[in-house]
Amino acid sequence: MQYALLIYTKPETYESLSPAEREALSLEYYALRDEPGMLGGAALQPVTTATTIRLADGKPLVTDGPFADTKEVFGGYYLYEADNLDQATEMAARIPTLRIGGTIEVRPIMGQAS
Amino acid sequence: MSYLGDFELAEESVAEAFAVAARRWPGEGVPTSPAAWLVTTARHRAIDRLRRDRVLAAKLRLLAATVTETTGPATTGSAEADMDETEIPDERLELIFTCCHPALAPEAQVALTLRAVAGLGTEEIANSFLVSAETMKRRLTRAKTKIRDAGIPFSVPSGDRLPDRLAVVLAVIYLIFNQGYSAPGRAGHLATEAIRLGRVLASLLPDQPEPLGLLALMLLHDARRLARLAGADGQDLVLLADQDRSRWDWRQIAEAREVLDRIVDSRGPYLIQAAIASLQAAEPVDWRQVAALYAELAELTGSPVVRLNGAVAIAEADGPAAALAIVDRLDLAGYLYWHSTRAELLRRLGRGDEALAAYRDALALATTEPERRFLRGRIAEG
Repeated sequence: MQYALLIYTKPETYESLSPAEREALSLEYYALRDEPGMLGGAALQPVTTATTIRLADGKPLVTDGPFADTKEVFGGYYLYEADNLDQATEMAARIPTLRIGGTIEVRPIMGQAS
Repeated sequence: MSYLGDFELAEESVAEAFAVAARRWPGEGVPTSPAAWLVTTARHRAIDRLRRDRVLAAKLRLLAATVTETTGPATTGSAEADMDETEIPDERLELIFTCCHPALAPEAQVALTLRAVAGLGTEEIANSFLVSAETMKRRLTRAKTKIRDAGIPFSVPSGDRLPDRLAVVLAVIYLIFNQGYSAPGRAGHLATEAIRLGRVLASLLPDQPEPLGLLALMLLHDARRLARLAGADGQDLVLLADQDRSRWDWRQIAEAREVLDRIVDSRGPYLIQAAIASLQAAEPVDWRQVAALYAELAELTGSPVVRLNGAVAIAEADGPAAALAIVDRLDLAGYLYWHSTRAELLRRLGRGDEALAAYRDALALATTEPERRFLRGRIAEG
């Protein structure tokens, strides 16, 4: 079964890290990409680079900023193939975001065995 | 269920098997091993449906390796009659851990455990928790859907994962027990069910001490059920010290103590609570020992409620002043028993006005009739 591991981070926490610490974190993220079962993933640039599109009066309206102004922001994801939810949550537990106060949401991808 | 991994399919296949049995057994006679027949028939029904669903082909491979084919209705009786009970695997432990999976909401864990493990009816469960049957039905359906769609495995957690997962199972069983304990009129049977579940869990995990601790704890609490409430309508609360001990179930207390004696080299939270309950059933109560056990429990859990209960024991051993000092340091302003305990201690210290105020605060938080009646009684005494 394929799962999305959705990464939510607290921007201030990340910003409070030293460049060396951020570098170490990056290496961990990349190392996880190479784990068996990992099918893909991407890190998103900071929320300051986000742009939102909605429909207003039937026409696309483009505005600055993320979908929602929240303390925790969506920062990236992995696509992971696992036998079951326990395997998926075990992989999610290794994502370094958790150690700096972040949260991972684990959700199965649509269109699979059910 | 391990072959199917899908509650809905399993349930419907079993229902169909029962329907077939109801049609055929009166005419053809009951098979030698009816339970085995039902399981095999249910599996065959499920297999037929799975065959039509190509997405579940992987599961089918697993099934094909384990199911013996029959050649048709004429031979069904004899082929399945050969299958004896021991071939059916005991999957109760897998079922319990699946129902109590942390990925399910706590109320869903409780509902599913009562439905799938204890076998209670949906309406019965709904009544016990004061929700409509529709609500309970939806809750169960959502839980089963989540198990299927999110891929919650049907398995017993292994090795270092077991303790945390077991803690959830124990919490669910204890929650069911407390629901029955707190509403004996409406949900009293839940206490019996919880004890039964506790026994099953202890028998399936013979090397684990905490299931035994929980079982002993429930047996001890339940042993006092006939003495806890009095009055014409059975809604008058009777404090432990005032209870008619001849109405306690001493056979159950003895059983609980025998269970406790079996536990060695372990000091888990349920065991300690059971030890406390056992001491409180003695006459006179060794309050110093009780207080020491509460202190140990507080160390383990860090719970202010435990410290509150420990303070009650200290009041008995060292007097109300020492206890009040502890209670006042606890941050439990929203907790009924914090206010009622303060009120009791203030009353014993002769600080009547403050006691009255505390009783009123407690009354505002009371949720059951026995509690309300008791507190009103204290307030009326002035």
